[in-house]
Amino acid sequence: MNLETILFYFLGAISVGSALMMVTRRNPVIAALYLILNFFALGGLYLTLHAQFIAFIQILVYAGAIMVLFLFVIMLLNLGDEKQLRERISYKKIVGAGLSFGVLMELVYVIGFSGATLPPSRFEKAVEVGTVEHIGLELFTTFLFPFEVTSILLLVAIVGAVVLAKKKLK
Amino acid sequence: MELQSYLILSAITFVIGVVGVLARRNAIIVFMSIELMLNSANLSLVAFSSFLGDVRGQMLVFFAMTVAAAEAAVGLAIIIAMYRNKQTVNLEEINILKW
Repeated sequence: MNLETILFYFLGAISVGSALMMVTRRNPVIAALYLILNFFALGGLYLTLHAQFIAFIQILVYAGAIMVLFLFVIMLLNLGDEKQLRERISYKKIVGAGLSFGVLMELVYVIGFSGATLPPSRFEKAVEVGTVEHIGLELFTTFLFPFEVTSILLLVAIVGAVVLAKKKLK
Repeated sequence: MELQSYLILSAITFVIGVVGVLARRNAIIVFMSIELMLNSANLSLVAFSSFLGDVRGQMLVFFAMTVAAAEAAVGLAIIIAMYRNKQTVNLEEINILKW
């Protein structure tokens, strides 16, 4: 067991465990905090994959910005006590969970046991591919047009959020 | 580590997100489960990108994160508007468009 394997299992266990806790918690604030833990574990996994830029963006944008937005909304709606929102276990949910488990089994079979030809070992260039320098170079040359379109998307999202959350449309 | 390990981890978190969407009735937790599914897809993209030595997978993750940020802003605004109209985030009571 080298350090990389230990790190993978450690971070993977945190990721799966926090995802399970997130889905099962009754209080949305605690669920959001578990989701933040999951995002930090994912950031660590990105680092083990030599994707430094994506790892830091994950922690800055997801754990930092998006989840703060979630927490703001949860506290704005005052959903702290969840007593009036009862979650009943119905046959629909059991069937849904069973079908999801079937999908998981299919995915594990296709990935692990079907003899699909996946790249066996890490490409040597992976270390330099994930750096800020390399990603920025690609972003502002090959992907310049999608990058600019992204700004329009974000502008539309800001306008849409303001319009939707406004008190009254006149 | 092999690529399979990362893909199976990604599949497990994705299915946990699916179960969250199907089984929970709190709109905020359903929305957070969708974020979880987006992130598990990102993990497999980054794993492929690292194992193939190709930067394009990480560019796709970058754009997926931008779209997720926009989606979170608009989705939370919709949840606020829903709460303002019906005083609840229970998806069983928000059923005007369901049959």
